[in-house]
Amino acid sequence: MIDLEWVKDYIDIEDEDLQKLAVKITEAGINIEKVITNNLDNVIVGEVIECKMHPKSDHLHICKVNTGSEIKQIICGADNVRKDLKVIVALPGAKLPDITIKKSKLAGEESDGMICALYELGLEEKTKEAYDRGIEELPKDAPVGMNILKYLKLDDTLYELDIHKHRNNDCYYHIGFAYEIAAILNKKVTLPVAETNPVKDDIKNHFSLEVKTKKCPYYLAKMVTDVKIGKSPDFIVRRLNAYGMRSINNVVDISNYVMLEYGQPLHFFDKDALGDKIVVRDAKENEEIKTLDGVVRTLKASDIVITDGNKPVCIAGVMGGENTEVTENTKNILIESAIFDSVSIRYTSSNLDLKSEASIRYGKGLNFEYTEKAIERACYLLEKYAGAKVLTGTVKYDNVDKTPKTVSFKAEEVNNLLGITISKEDVKKELARLDFPFTYENDTFKVTIPFRRLDIEPYVNDIAEEIGRLYGYHNLKSTLPVISTKKGEYIGDVKYRKIISKRLRALNLNEVKTYTLTSPKNASLFKYQNKENLNLPNPMSIDKSILRTTLIPSLLDVYDYNKKRKVKNINIYEIAKTYDASYEEESKIAVLMSGSYINNSWNGVNIKTDFYLIKGICENLLNYLGFKNRYTFEKAEISDLHPGIGAQVLLDRKSIGIIGKVHPSINKDDIYVFELSLNALMTKVKPLKFKAAPKYPEIVKDLAFVMKQDVMTKDIEKVIKKAGGRLLTDFHVFDVYTGDNIAEDEKSVAYNLTFQDVNRTLTEEEVLKVFNNIIETVEKETSARLRK
Amino acid sequence: MEEILNSLKEELNSITTINSLNEIKAKYLGKKGLVTEMSMKIKDLPKEERKDFGQNLNKLKNDSTNLIEEKKEEIEKEILNKKLENESIDINLPGTLVTIGAPSIVEKVVEDLEELMMSMGYDVVDGPELELDKYNFEMLNLPKGHPARDAQDTFYVKGDELLLRTQTSPVQVRTMLEGKGEKPVRVICPGKTYRRDDDDATHSHQFMQIEGLLVDKNISLSDLKGTFDVIAKHLFGEDCKTRFRPSYYPFTEPSVEMDISCHHCKGEGCNICKNTGYITVSGAGMVHPKVLEVCGYDPKEWSGFAFGFGAERLAMLKYNIDDLRVFYTNDLRESKTFDRKEASL
Repeated sequence: MIDLEWVKDYIDIEDEDLQKLAVKITEAGINIEKVITNNLDNVIVGEVIECKMHPKSDHLHICKVNTGSEIKQIICGADNVRKDLKVIVALPGAKLPDITIKKSKLAGEESDGMICALYELGLEEKTKEAYDRGIEELPKDAPVGMNILKYLKLDDTLYELDIHKHRNNDCYYHIGFAYEIAAILNKKVTLPVAETNPVKDDIKNHFSLEVKTKKCPYYLAKMVTDVKIGKSPDFIVRRLNAYGMRSINNVVDISNYVMLEYGQPLHFFDKDALGDKIVVRDAKENEEIKTLDGVVRTLKASDIVITDGNKPVCIAGVMGGENTEVTENTKNILIESAIFDSVSIRYTSSNLDLKSEASIRYGKGLNFEYTEKAIERACYLLEKYAGAKVLTGTVKYDNVDKTPKTVSFKAEEVNNLLGITISKEDVKKELARLDFPFTYENDTFKVTIPFRRLDIEPYVNDIAEEIGRLYGYHNLKSTLPVISTKKGEYIGDVKYRKIISKRLRALNLNEVKTYTLTSPKNASLFKYQNKENLNLPNPMSIDKSILRTTLIPSLLDVYDYNKKRKVKNINIYEIAKTYDASYEEESKIAVLMSGSYINNSWNGVNIKTDFYLIKGICENLLNYLGFKNRYTFEKAEISDLHPGIGAQVLLDRKSIGIIGKVHPSINKDDIYVFELSLNALMTKVKPLKFKAAPKYPEIVKDLAFVMKQDVMTKDIEKVIKKAGGRLLTDFHVFDVYTGDNIAEDEKSVAYNLTFQDVNRTLTEEEVLKVFNNIIETVEKETSARLRK
Repeated sequence: MEEILNSLKEELNSITTINSLNEIKAKYLGKKGLVTEMSMKIKDLPKEERKDFGQNLNKLKNDSTNLIEEKKEEIEKEILNKKLENESIDINLPGTLVTIGAPSIVEKVVEDLEELMMSMGYDVVDGPELELDKYNFEMLNLPKGHPARDAQDTFYVKGDELLLRTQTSPVQVRTMLEGKGEKPVRVICPGKTYRRDDDDATHSHQFMQIEGLLVDKNISLSDLKGTFDVIAKHLFGEDCKTRFRPSYYPFTEPSVEMDISCHHCKGEGCNICKNTGYITVSGAGMVHPKVLEVCGYDPKEWSGFAFGFGAERLAMLKYNIDDLRVFYTNDLRESKTFDRKEASL
């Protein structure tokens, strides 16, 4: 929050339209989220020129009030209303916190407004005391007709900032913000007065300092005596209030006030309670301190403490101790202005759950220049507004790097980065606006970055950004990079993901996206790979505490979600990465199918999902990828799949995944799934090759074998293939029969065999020879026999 | 002969079936048919009459055959018409739907952008989601203790070295390292990212980013602006206006936020754009010289820009979706409708 009335102390913006200025500042990169202008229209200073009792009331007065433009009759119930009094008048149309003023009648008499107390304007708390005081009595010299907030100097404009982290050290205090405005408006900043009249006595006679930690590079202390604790001057109260801080007393207020000026938090110790020594050191583990909010805090060794040599008196940068707090009886003060390690302060503040204006500022980092200026300024204000005597000298610990950051560059480097063409003269002008000292020699700028701009690093990019934002990004042209032309491609596993994804969609499967982090329950399912779970050491919730090794449980969740919403025929897939306890990554493809695949029931069309359909989908995918004849399905009992309807999917004889029906104990519905390793599919396949259709006729023969139910047709087929040799070009199952004429534990499997030779027409005899050989061999090598 | 032909005509007129036609055919043209019998008469005629008679007889044969054939076609046509009439169906009954799967809604937007960027020569790459702190933060100018790390509250997986990536930027680092400071880089990296956020309408502990990186010679912020214009128009239509605002990211300098004109109110100001007429869709900037340097590219010689989109946010804006969780509940009733092409294609 920045108070523009306050900023006016440092830069001349009297004539600026503050709304327009806010737009300019936002365009230049400091985002002003809200412009708050305190206004109270139709509430003005008035003068009571006539006052008499209402004939029909024992407490109402009929007043004639001069409002500047006209005389109005207003009925007022306050005891203290009287002739010649300057008062606050709310005219009809005024919107007060509790009421909108309208012309009305009170006990028959017209009332054209309201004479107000401060609390009625929301400027004071409504206490019994405030109520008893009646209406506000303004000083005699209050100008009639003037807007009341203007008269009370409460018509501030405030900017509510929402700015990026890098600028939230220098833009969250008024002097820093003044520099930002100065750069935008090309004006100069004047720093506030800080000169004191120190007394002869030197601080060194009363105080010594020792810094025993590396986390405090800079520590300044000054001492003032004989302070008179009392009320703050109005402007301080007003400005603190506008910022949202409560006024406490002149001394405490001054430390806050200076912090809002220079961004440097100060700490005031009661010097008499403190003693004559400060030792800054790392806290001891479990060391305790009672902070000034009365809470006993336990510290960690990573915290920084201010001690009096024995006991902690302040948690550095976070909160003071109760033992050295400035009270109403405080006479002498030791002022601390220091820099602490920002990371350490952030940790301490979050460990203790203690966030304050001060800790936030320490956490962002501070610049030593303002550490010095702030302490001088505080002494000045204490001298002026608290009657303090300032002692000569400053006790200082100084281990801060004061080497200024410089950056050298040529104007064209800035132009190249931004894609603009501005001259070296323009660059000079921009640097001057920014108040960045520079030299220019041999076409080269050498810029010294001011200490207040902690965000700027010594790179030409940083300077280009400063110049660019003042130049205005809206003034940049839109160009396209002038670079070589090439085709963009999907690279690596993304390529496979896309190919497979598109194929699966074409196969009527809907893509879903689920969470990588899963629950222990889901993580315990489908553990077919012998992989250990990878648990998050610090999960947000138990539901999302494990990195999944398989996608199937997530797909089952999606199934449940949709089923509850009466979605039928759930056919889905997901391609995602999985992890295990060895931190290995494996991309997987999972498919879940249930219900009908194609359905038009009135017409008797209903292709229901079963094992063979999902197997077909899986084969389709593998064939598409070029793996025809390289994969097999091997029946297997797989955890959480139906023990009799499940298989390993093998590619080049290595397992690449599983397929089967979900075990009824997991889900009672008929759900089929498969999951394949995408990594395993990222292998070379043969290039596409044209093969001419055979020129010579084929001979087709059918036969059927009878075999036990549990015989795998795959085993029979191996023998058929071998016995069929070169001339058997194709064969497939066309019927599986059980029932009449077949023993109860047997089945009949009928095959359709195709014989062909690419070079000539086969004779019936040749084919019969092979055909008979197939029958003989199958009967010899397997338990199956020809069905007669 | 005239008589025969006339009686044939008469008889043909009165029949409707192939059977009757066959009977007539036998009656006239059969072995003992009227026409055949007539031809028997020829041998009883005197020689000089035979020629005329023969000619007339041939004519009679031809005419009869033609008449019968014509009738046959007519009857067959009639039969076919009847058959077709019987086969007529109610074409308003539902067709057998051959459906196709839909992409996840967020993936649709990702693919849309991927295709555009590939047409401009950007490769699409991804990297591990379990990422080293070094790549996710440190090499991106986010050393330990950097305040900007707070905003990306991280799921650490192993000590403070291995984490679930909070952004897809580590893929950029990996790509630059592969380029060894010699090869120009032009990639986009779409992928899953993770942050310790509670899931609500605008936050998700898992979400998708699409980042782009271009490193080459003489690349400027204006080039980024032009590239962004192309992207914005592709995603949100030719009328879409763009805006750059200064911003801050540790890995870019200068940094910008890229806004599009609010497609909802056409820039007039509404709830969605908080009355500004613009919506921020991307953070971007010129690659920070420190990042170029640690990734092996000499900032004196090379420059580049990087940008990042939240994929869900793009999808929300593009399709007027007000709850981010939609993308992860996978309600097929919602996503199923995305199985078609865009109107503009």
